[in-house]
Amino acid sequence: MADPPARRVLMDPLIHNNPIALQVLGICSALAVTTGMQTSVVMSAAVVAVTALSNLSVSLLRNRIPTSIRIIVQLTIIASLVIVTDQILKAYLYEISKQLSVFVGLIITNCIIMGRAEAFAMQNPPLRSLLDGLGNGLGYAALLLVTGAAREILGAGEFWGIPVLPLASEGGWFTPNGLMGLSPGAFFVIGFLIWFLRTLRPEQVEAE
Amino acid sequence: MNTARYILGFAAGVCLVCAVLVSGSAVALRDLQAENAERERQRNVLFAAGLADPEEDLSDEEMAARFASVRPVVVDLETGEELPGVDPAGVDPLVEAGAPESSRPVADNPARVRRVERRSVVYLVEEGGAAAAGAAWNAVVLPVRGQGLWGVLYGFLALEADLETVRGLTFYRHKETPGLGGEVDNPSWKALWPGRRVFAGGGEPVIEVARAAAGPVAEDPHRVDGLAGATMTSRGVTNLLRFWLAENGFGPYLDRLRAGAGD
Repeated sequence: MADPPARRVLMDPLIHNNPIALQVLGICSALAVTTGMQTSVVMSAAVVAVTALSNLSVSLLRNRIPTSIRIIVQLTIIASLVIVTDQILKAYLYEISKQLSVFVGLIITNCIIMGRAEAFAMQNPPLRSLLDGLGNGLGYAALLLVTGAAREILGAGEFWGIPVLPLASEGGWFTPNGLMGLSPGAFFVIGFLIWFLRTLRPEQVEAE
Repeated sequence: MNTARYILGFAAGVCLVCAVLVSGSAVALRDLQAENAERERQRNVLFAAGLADPEEDLSDEEMAARFASVRPVVVDLETGEELPGVDPAGVDPLVEAGAPESSRPVADNPARVRRVERRSVVYLVEEGGAAAAGAAWNAVVLPVRGQGLWGVLYGFLALEADLETVRGLTFYRHKETPGLGGEVDNPSWKALWPGRRVFAGGGEPVIEVARAAAGPVAEDPHRVDGLAGATMTSRGVTNLLRFWLAENGFGPYLDRLRAGAGD
């Protein structure tokens, strides 16, 4: 099998092979942090940075990592990157880092990152691995942003904290849906998104 | 490449590089993080005192403006006396509680506070702008802390001028489970506190986070709804409030304020 061009390495995970929608990975954090746009954007940026850098570092070391301890080495690299990211958020975006609470730290256990390090970066050169990490991070980000926007608009009538739908409690017509503010709301939104993507692209449906 | 020696050496190398990266970032960013934490603490004094809404985004100037009507006072916890000669900015009760020479051990207590600082900083809320010395305050904000489920909860309790009615309660630092004990941050739970009474006509504090729902303020003044799925955190809040309102905490100071010796 010929290697796909670099552009596809970057773009495929966005829709074609989206880590959340197709592989259904990383759902836990996607449920927890998508209550609004701001938390979704910051979480997305953190995950993009970590996937890209972990893929890059693992790929640089790929010919030297002893196979018997490769998983623990990958995990050590990922954990260090996540701790550094968490420290940066606490220093520069304190308010949002408080809202994200443990979920930044839990990026360590996000299957997307570990999956890409093991499945892609261990076999591919650094530049392609970096692109693959960016692509998968952005694929995660794309779904997070759509879910965050839907939940904030339906759950609070706001977008990025700015009111967009007139609330019934303030004389408008829109009654916020409380369910959207809670994690189960994200299940509905992500479920609909997956259904939508698979209707557009029937080849994504798993064989029965 | 698969010799034990290589594997051990490689593992050690990776650990070393990662350790340098992590500790380097922690050290480089420590000052900024400490600044954020201090700001968060001050914001919470305002929240507890009802001078700011947790939803609003306060700029540094606005915060300073609102803080103008809040007077920090250093208090000797054992005697309950105010120490007007001591600059509050130079007293960090949490640091003092950690040092043997500036704190005293206390007997086992449910809040699991082991050492209590000899002096603490309380905040007297004064009506409108800057008031002259001897002016009346209308609320007092007390720092409180105690064990929850996963760690110590740090917060502020604001009492009205009768020193019995809660004006507000907030926690600015804790490690409770998000969604369960972490709901101590939930604005709708915090909204249940104002108006509750911590004492039942003097004596020991009786305030309690109930096991289930509590009644409205008028009918059930000494209890607040428990947090669902967070028995240990709820109990922790009860314990820490009772500890700090009693003799080992701010009890002597509150007695002194009641006697009119405050200010």
